[in-house]
Amino acid sequence: MIDYNVPLFEVVRNYDKCISCRVCERQCANLVHRYSEEAGKMLSDETKCVDCQRCVCLCPTKALKIVPNENKFRENANWQQRYLTEIYKQAETGGVLLSSMGNPEPLPVYFDKIVLNASQVTNPSIDPLREPMETKVFLGSKPQTVVRDENGKIVPKTPVHLELNLPVMFSAMSYGSISYNAHASLARAAEKLGIYYNTGEGGLHEDFYQYGKNTIVQVASGRFGVHKDYLNSGAAIEIKMGQGAKPGIGGHLPGAKIIGDVSKTRMIPEGTDAVSPAPHHDIYSIEDLRQLVYSIKEATDYKKPVIVKIAAVHNIAAIASGIARSGADIIAIDGFRGGTGAAPTRIRDNVGIPIEMALAAVDSRLREEKIRDNVSLVCAGSIRCSSDVVKAIALGADAVYIGSAALIAMGCHLCRTCNSGNCNWGIATQKPELVKRLNPDIASERLVNLLTGWNHEIQEMMGGMGINSIEALRGNRLMLRGVGLNEKELSILGIKHAGE
Amino acid sequence: MKEGQFRNPSGCAISAIFDKSGNRFSGEDIVKSIAVMHDRSNGLGGGFAGYGIYPEYKDYFAFHVFYDSLAAKRTCEEYLETYYDIVNLSKIPTAKIKEITDEPLIWRYFVAPLKNNLSAMQLTEDEYVARSVFHINTGIKGAYIFSSGKNMGIFKAVGFPEDVGRFYMLDSYEGYCFTAHGRYPTNTPGWWGGAHPFGLLDLSVVHNGEISSYDANRRAMETYGYKCTLLTDTEVITYIIDYLTRIKGLTYEESAQVMAAPFWQTIERKSDEEKEKLTYLRHIFSSELVTGPFSVIVGFTGGVMALNDRLKLRSLVVGEKGDKVYMASEESAIRRVQPDLEKLFYLKGGEPVIYRTEVEK
Repeated sequence: MIDYNVPLFEVVRNYDKCISCRVCERQCANLVHRYSEEAGKMLSDETKCVDCQRCVCLCPTKALKIVPNENKFRENANWQQRYLTEIYKQAETGGVLLSSMGNPEPLPVYFDKIVLNASQVTNPSIDPLREPMETKVFLGSKPQTVVRDENGKIVPKTPVHLELNLPVMFSAMSYGSISYNAHASLARAAEKLGIYYNTGEGGLHEDFYQYGKNTIVQVASGRFGVHKDYLNSGAAIEIKMGQGAKPGIGGHLPGAKIIGDVSKTRMIPEGTDAVSPAPHHDIYSIEDLRQLVYSIKEATDYKKPVIVKIAAVHNIAAIASGIARSGADIIAIDGFRGGTGAAPTRIRDNVGIPIEMALAAVDSRLREEKIRDNVSLVCAGSIRCSSDVVKAIALGADAVYIGSAALIAMGCHLCRTCNSGNCNWGIATQKPELVKRLNPDIASERLVNLLTGWNHEIQEMMGGMGINSIEALRGNRLMLRGVGLNEKELSILGIKHAGE
Repeated sequence: MKEGQFRNPSGCAISAIFDKSGNRFSGEDIVKSIAVMHDRSNGLGGGFAGYGIYPEYKDYFAFHVFYDSLAAKRTCEEYLETYYDIVNLSKIPTAKIKEITDEPLIWRYFVAPLKNNLSAMQLTEDEYVARSVFHINTGIKGAYIFSSGKNMGIFKAVGFPEDVGRFYMLDSYEGYCFTAHGRYPTNTPGWWGGAHPFGLLDLSVVHNGEISSYDANRRAMETYGYKCTLLTDTEVITYIIDYLTRIKGLTYEESAQVMAAPFWQTIERKSDEEKEKLTYLRHIFSSELVTGPFSVIVGFTGGVMALNDRLKLRSLVVGEKGDKVYMASEESAIRRVQPDLEKLFYLKGGEPVIYRTEVEK
């Protein structure tokens, strides 16, 4: 059969540099590289290349580069090449197009159109190298009701909560979608940083119960791996109602990744596709959510906060307002640029709204309804750097989740083919020979380094604004200005334009 | 542009004189004290608060009101007559001086909430009055209540504080506590309501600084029903203190531990009991933490509190002599009225200094 598509990438090998050591061949699980005895040199099968950059990074003589294929279909502003490519694929297979990682389309990134303030003259900036600069955050409800004992002393009883040394957590990525070693790295880094990682919907491998006090365990619509010990093993429980990459549908894990311990941890047979139901079948409305929240609280003796994670969709403010009255302690909102191990392409690229808008709308609505103290807000869905963190907090978040950024720290190059199970970086794969490429000692250190660096940057930006504690930044929208945004966008974000 | 339509940070001078025995003294000294710090203000705002100044009406709320027009006065008085028993009303006496011009109509009312209304609305007196103040200040155009406590009053204007003191003839009032403010705003206000002290009920605040937590604090206070119309630090600090003390029942000491919370590293070194309490306050009242430079003097019935931000980014000094306590941005402002001090100390960052009258007279 003729393949109507052309390779997306070109493997450019500099034969002056190539020493035919065959590292690239051994490193490529997609079988792009091979050594030809006949030709006496390395050859490539470019149709298989996903541009993961593994061979480029490991080539000892730097003889390789992967570049976009210059061969283009005839240019057409409407019928862009991607649409032709996708039609050819579907015409061949009759399947749903699958993609991985976050929405790559050029939709607006509002974080890039927001700038931060700094002190000049009328108040001093604060130097984090010389003064305390506090980034500790408590997540959970904060009812401002003061109870005193018979002597008039305050009874210092705080509701169940999470305590973070810095306002960043690792977001849900299931064991199955990512490897054992990737999970081990996230767990160890979370422990060392004094933050939390999230199991995702695949259950918790028994080896990782030891990291329980830094673990958020997730309950999703498939209820994979959910049992009482699991619920009690973590510091908090997250009910996953939705995910920014695929609002309206459940998680997808191809059967190829359900092998060995993944199958055991999920409590499903090897090789079966783990396709979570689109809704929770015990939650068809907000009052049902309340029941699940309290079922979980009962099962965990009211000792752990419950997080409800939702995808950012049109009516997000009203939905969040309902959740804030459901007994949940924390709401996590995942924007349309959030990552995924596998999602239908059309959904990933077309469903949901930008996290900046969703976050601002939710924070404003909860304040209008005087229920902001009922919950903490966690913002997810493509936090790329420390300034994104600062902007999210100033818009109204208590903390953020990072997923893609954490994977990138471990080596991911965003080739967006996690669904293939052939991750050459040992992250989004279950093949033992690939998994072992990711060394948890190194990867956890890289995660710690990343967030240590971010925390320094957050402190520098806060200090510049004259703020020495992160709670004074939360919802402090006067510290933000929009650049090149229209009136409507500014009003939803609740910020002024630069120059105002 | 009028105050409230733009954010208006200010540099300033503040001072206060307080008598621990509750004895009343003339407002003359506070004017002298603030006058020394002339260069810390720029003529765009000055004011005073006096406590114990209306003993003959001490059970009535004293409303000081600016009116832009007679129409505003009529509307406001109609409202007051509907909801209050007005026992006395008059113009606030002022002296014509060349330094102070363009004054609005300045009126004073001694009022009591109508009992029937109070019980029908199931409100405390204080809450009833606070709601009226917000109603008039945001709802009646051209009317602005700038003082609303019992047995206390705020006097303020656009001008240098010493001129404002002469304008209101402050030497003719006697109280057990006076606070003063000279303003150095970084924008030009054209409006008397924007001068300080800022007050709500018997609470008054004079403030020097520019807080970096402003919008976080403002948005939190608006969630709790306060309307920030002036967009100044002093306004939001006043509301935070009112919220913490009157609504949430915290003491002034506890409120200070919320607004200028000790650093975590300091809390770590405290006793277990203290650690738990301070952690609780920071955890639950995180939105009321105030960062950035500030020095404030807070007047309230029977007491006064001085507080600096936790890094001590603004000057504030306290002196004592006998029953008298003096507080000021600069020592010179104290020495001017009491050269012979028994005690003099600088406030530590985040550590409040609170004085109360032994017996209120």
